[in-house]
Amino acid sequence: MLETAYLIPVYPLFAFTVIIFFTRWNEKLSSAISIGAILIGLVHSVGVLLALISRHGLPYEVSVPFIQHPKILLEVGMWIDPLTAVMLVVVAIVSSCVQVYSLGYMHGDPRWSRYFSYLSLFTFSMLGLVISNNFFMIFMFWELVGLTSYLLIGFWFEKKTASDAGKKAFITNRIGDFGFIIGIILLFAYAGTANYQEVFAKVSAGAISPGMLTAIGILLFCGAVGKSAQFPLHVWLPDAMEGPTPVSALIHAATMVAAGVYMVARGMTVFAGSAEASTVIAVIGLITSFMAATIALTQVDIKRVLAYSTCSQLGYMIMALGLYGVDYAHHHHSVGYYAGTFHLMTHAFFKALLFLGAGSVIHAVHTNDIFEMGGLRKKMNITSITFLIACLSISGIPPFSGFFSKDEIVVASSTHPFFFVGTLLIAFMTAFYMFRLYFLTFEGSPRNQHKYDHAHESPTSMTLPLIVLGFLSIFAGWTGLPFEWFGLTGFSHFVYHGELAEHHPSYLLMAISVVVGGSGILFSYLIYKRKAWSSEAIKAKVLPIQKFLFNKWYIDELYEATIIQPTLTLARKLWWFDASVIDGMVNFAGWFTVKWADAKELFDKYIIDGAVNGIGHVCMAGSFFLRFIQTGKVQFYALVIIVTSVAVVLYKVTPQGAIIYLVLALIVGGVGLLSRLARPERAETD
Amino acid sequence: MVDFPILTYTIFIPLIGAAVVMFLPKERLNAVRWTSLFFSFVPMLLTFWITWDYFFNFSGTADFYYTEGPVSWIAPINVYYHLGVDGISVPMLFLTGLLSFLSILSSFNIVNRVKEYFVFFLLLEAGMLGVFCALDFFLFYVFWEVMLVPMYFLIGVWGGPRKEYAAIKFFLYTLFGSIFMLVAILILYFGSEPSTLSIPELINSAPTFLTHGMQLLCFAFFFVGFAIKVPVWPFHTWLPDAHVEAPTAVSVILAGVLLKMGTYGMLRISWPMFPDAVKFFSIPIAILGLIAIIYGALVSMAQKDLKKLVAYSSVSHMGYCMLALGAFTSVTAITGCMFQMISHGLITGALFLLVGVLYDRAHTREIAAFGGIGAKLPVYTGLMVLFSMASLGLPGMSGFVSEFMVFVGSFTSGIVWFKLITALAVLGVVLTAGYMLRMVQRVFLGEFNTAKWGGLTEINAREVITVAPLAVLTIAIGFFPAPLSNMMKATIENLVQLIAR
Amino acid sequence: MMMAYLALAAILFAIGIFGVLTRRNAIGILMSLELMFNAVNINLVTFNKFIAPEGLTGQIFAIFVVVVAAAEAVVGLAIVLLLYRNWKGVDIDNINIMKW
Repeated sequence: MLETAYLIPVYPLFAFTVIIFFTRWNEKLSSAISIGAILIGLVHSVGVLLALISRHGLPYEVSVPFIQHPKILLEVGMWIDPLTAVMLVVVAIVSSCVQVYSLGYMHGDPRWSRYFSYLSLFTFSMLGLVISNNFFMIFMFWELVGLTSYLLIGFWFEKKTASDAGKKAFITNRIGDFGFIIGIILLFAYAGTANYQEVFAKVSAGAISPGMLTAIGILLFCGAVGKSAQFPLHVWLPDAMEGPTPVSALIHAATMVAAGVYMVARGMTVFAGSAEASTVIAVIGLITSFMAATIALTQVDIKRVLAYSTCSQLGYMIMALGLYGVDYAHHHHSVGYYAGTFHLMTHAFFKALLFLGAGSVIHAVHTNDIFEMGGLRKKMNITSITFLIACLSISGIPPFSGFFSKDEIVVASSTHPFFFVGTLLIAFMTAFYMFRLYFLTFEGSPRNQHKYDHAHESPTSMTLPLIVLGFLSIFAGWTGLPFEWFGLTGFSHFVYHGELAEHHPSYLLMAISVVVGGSGILFSYLIYKRKAWSSEAIKAKVLPIQKFLFNKWYIDELYEATIIQPTLTLARKLWWFDASVIDGMVNFAGWFTVKWADAKELFDKYIIDGAVNGIGHVCMAGSFFLRFIQTGKVQFYALVIIVTSVAVVLYKVTPQGAIIYLVLALIVGGVGLLSRLARPERAETD
Repeated sequence: MVDFPILTYTIFIPLIGAAVVMFLPKERLNAVRWTSLFFSFVPMLLTFWITWDYFFNFSGTADFYYTEGPVSWIAPINVYYHLGVDGISVPMLFLTGLLSFLSILSSFNIVNRVKEYFVFFLLLEAGMLGVFCALDFFLFYVFWEVMLVPMYFLIGVWGGPRKEYAAIKFFLYTLFGSIFMLVAILILYFGSEPSTLSIPELINSAPTFLTHGMQLLCFAFFFVGFAIKVPVWPFHTWLPDAHVEAPTAVSVILAGVLLKMGTYGMLRISWPMFPDAVKFFSIPIAILGLIAIIYGALVSMAQKDLKKLVAYSSVSHMGYCMLALGAFTSVTAITGCMFQMISHGLITGALFLLVGVLYDRAHTREIAAFGGIGAKLPVYTGLMVLFSMASLGLPGMSGFVSEFMVFVGSFTSGIVWFKLITALAVLGVVLTAGYMLRMVQRVFLGEFNTAKWGGLTEINAREVITVAPLAVLTIAIGFFPAPLSNMMKATIENLVQLIAR
Repeated sequence: MMMAYLALAAILFAIGIFGVLTRRNAIGILMSLELMFNAVNINLVTFNKFIAPEGLTGQIFAIFVVVVAAAEAVVGLAIVLLLYRNWKGVDIDNINIMKW
């Protein structure tokens, strides 16, 4: 099983290729191939997990070179340790559920086959990302999941908001990747490799200076900030809800956005090598978590509430991992790593469930606005029950899975007072807004009778995944029980970083966490179910704050004003610069040459050509006189020849005599010639 | 096979083709088209064979292979007919053979003066192939200039509305550069003892007989000649004009092969011949590359014309090559440069082909005029998105491999300023994503205007055939870059050592 | 003795030149030319007789000249005939088309 684990991503890749090139025209076959591939992948993943459990989590690695150079080795390979195995199973499960669910949800969509091919491509990329054994390869798949996310967010691209959201997601992620790439390049430069284990060995051996390690840690974390929608790059995630709901469940809740958290956990040795980097991570996690939770309090779109909740929960995990890093750097014991990774798993299940439940509701009432819903419990039994399970789970109520993981995060933060308060506050808000959502959607009386009347329970293909995920939302957390269970040790003994350490449950913290969650639910119940206090009245009282939160802290507007518009303006200015200044210079050179040529032409005409013509004129003038010698009379020519021949002979005898003779001859000749000229032409003989 | 002068055949078959086409009756369009296609198909096969044979037999060494000559050609000035290829020219030959064939195939829809068009195209192909094989300066220069003339006519006769302006600008600008090159060649000729024009000999001897100042001067002269061709910022403004006005196939050749000649010339001639000058100018060159990357990307963002956007993206992408060339100490960076040349040839070539496909149908390239085309032309959109993604450096495609190697190579080159320059250059990746996705969104996504574009037809089989090989190669290099890098490795290592002299 | 022959030849030659330069009639010019040929012939024979009597070179040359002169007279008379046809006369003062 382990040796062939590389096949797990290959199944969906195969499905993608087959659908795109061959079966696109056959919708049923396409979806069957896609689902078949992921189910095989699921079975294989479970096999890998079991194999790994049976060898007590001993990691397995294979790699082949991608490009080999004296200094740089880029490789592709797989690294399977407990974290990988768990993630493989989680991704495969959620992916299978979502694909089955999509059969119902996407029913009748004209681009059905393409939808499934994209899902397969996504699953391939995500599984590849999880199975990678080095930072270079994780980055490749990192970008590929970004691509599929782009394609799926913009799946209904006729909607302007959807295509905008896809673009925003991609570009925002690219900004994070900007840091990520530089981080990886720094790893190549300072560790000489990107392979996890080699990098970790170098870091542990202290081969990288602390300052550089901090820089690498923060830059790598930039990637996670983008992908896991952490502040300040969280803005794309809520907009990404423009995609089909199953996509939101799979990509923007359970798996892809978890990739950032996964990467932080995977590279923990690097991050934990620097207390500063870890602190940054923890603080960013806390800020995101808090900010998203406050925004979620006021949203009215069911998917946006869930999106902000996702943001908030991811912040939670990031914070836990960051705190672990801080503690690790200071050689303190911490459960943060376990808490973060464990929450990653449980969150995947219950958040996928929440989204699929929300999708089921939207499918029934055709609106996203929770104030148009209400009382749906009576119409949608399975959906409401599973949704409630997920809400209880996320609120941290025992024995639901969220309780186990959330409790560990509380434990992890308990040694850091500031974070501890934040954690509890967020836990309270989470429970409050989740139940606000639940009560407004499923309880009370219908606020839009028309929509209520047309509501109905979703088909089996949609409810079945809800049930499966409902089960997992309850029981997945039980793997975190801190004792042996059927001969298997708990999650904390399977997935850990560094040395295995014993965790002792703290019943006091457990109680606090439950009480906080419970009180959140209670307040929500009082306001939205019992209507003990009017929500409108509360809203009126804190209107400025409400407005601030409802508008998402005005961060989008801030970015629009400070980054996007200036960039576009700069682009236009540069374009103007290019067309007028640089090209202007080139054209000026051309123009100048032409003008110069014109000037040269004048020079040419009057001076150079003048000189040439001048010579001509002189010749003409000379020839005017000389032509008179050309009498046309043969006897005259003969006379000249004879006179000259005599002169030559004479010259041999006496040169002076020859000259005198010639002068005399010329005089006689000239006189004769002139006399001939003076004489009028004889008339032509008839 | 050893004695078979394969390079000569490769270069001269298109020339023979041009002669044959010239004697065909001009009314028989199909005869002209298919004959031209045949005469570009044969050299393509020959370049494939060279690549194949080179890869399996000679990859490990840095020498020249398939050498022909030196045969004395113009004895009084020591001009020899001398051809040969090594690890950096073989991929270029491959690219030229392939792109020429595809361009001729994509030119079947030319209707105006068909015969002349193909004659010029074959002449152009012969010139390009010659440049990549020539090992004698005279020969090199002759081929270099031979290319210009058909290019001038191809743009000037079959181009768009401002074709005369673009053609003259291209011709004069390039000629301006080559004059400097000629002067530098003469300096080398008269400086060497005995006077020679052989490129391999001059690579060995030039650093010994040139003074430092002379090296800098010769380098600068060659640089002007090559930089205009690349084009390096700020010599780039002929490019958008030429691209926008040129017919599709000519744009493909222009972007795919002609631009590469600049960087090829630098790698073949300037860099190994003037090592001191390279060291002296390395940082300014990298900064020019950086400016081209960022500036080209931002200017692309502001474009309203689809073809102009792709043209400016070329400026940005060739900037990566310049950045890598600046990092002369790193084998990885130079390999990245070669990868970038090849992948840019494939990707931008394909983008121009695709833009041409849309232009043939819609008769406009105005980005704002479109929208929602994706609903009507799914296959076309798929291809266009694929190549846009490749262009913005998505992993799994060749652009990513090359950009990443350029970054890693220049960052680890050991020259201090390069760390900063590289870090800034990575910003180009973000900007590229910005303009490419904006373009994709505005052309392909959104509401489809049925009234206006209802008549658009899907990309046809011939057009798919022209881009499919490029797509396959782009993805193949993206997933399996090792063969290509192994092929060039020995040559590039040797090159880096020559520069390090 | 030789001098007498040479003097004769010189006188004959001078008469010939005078005739060529002064005659208006083309036929007269041709006849004067014949005089000049014969002056030369006398010279050739004289030199053969007194300077190189062992060979016959001069006499053979003289015969050549006679032959050539005959041919030349034929060509000359043909030209004169043509002149006559075109100009209706053989007065060479009128035949001045080579004038500037």
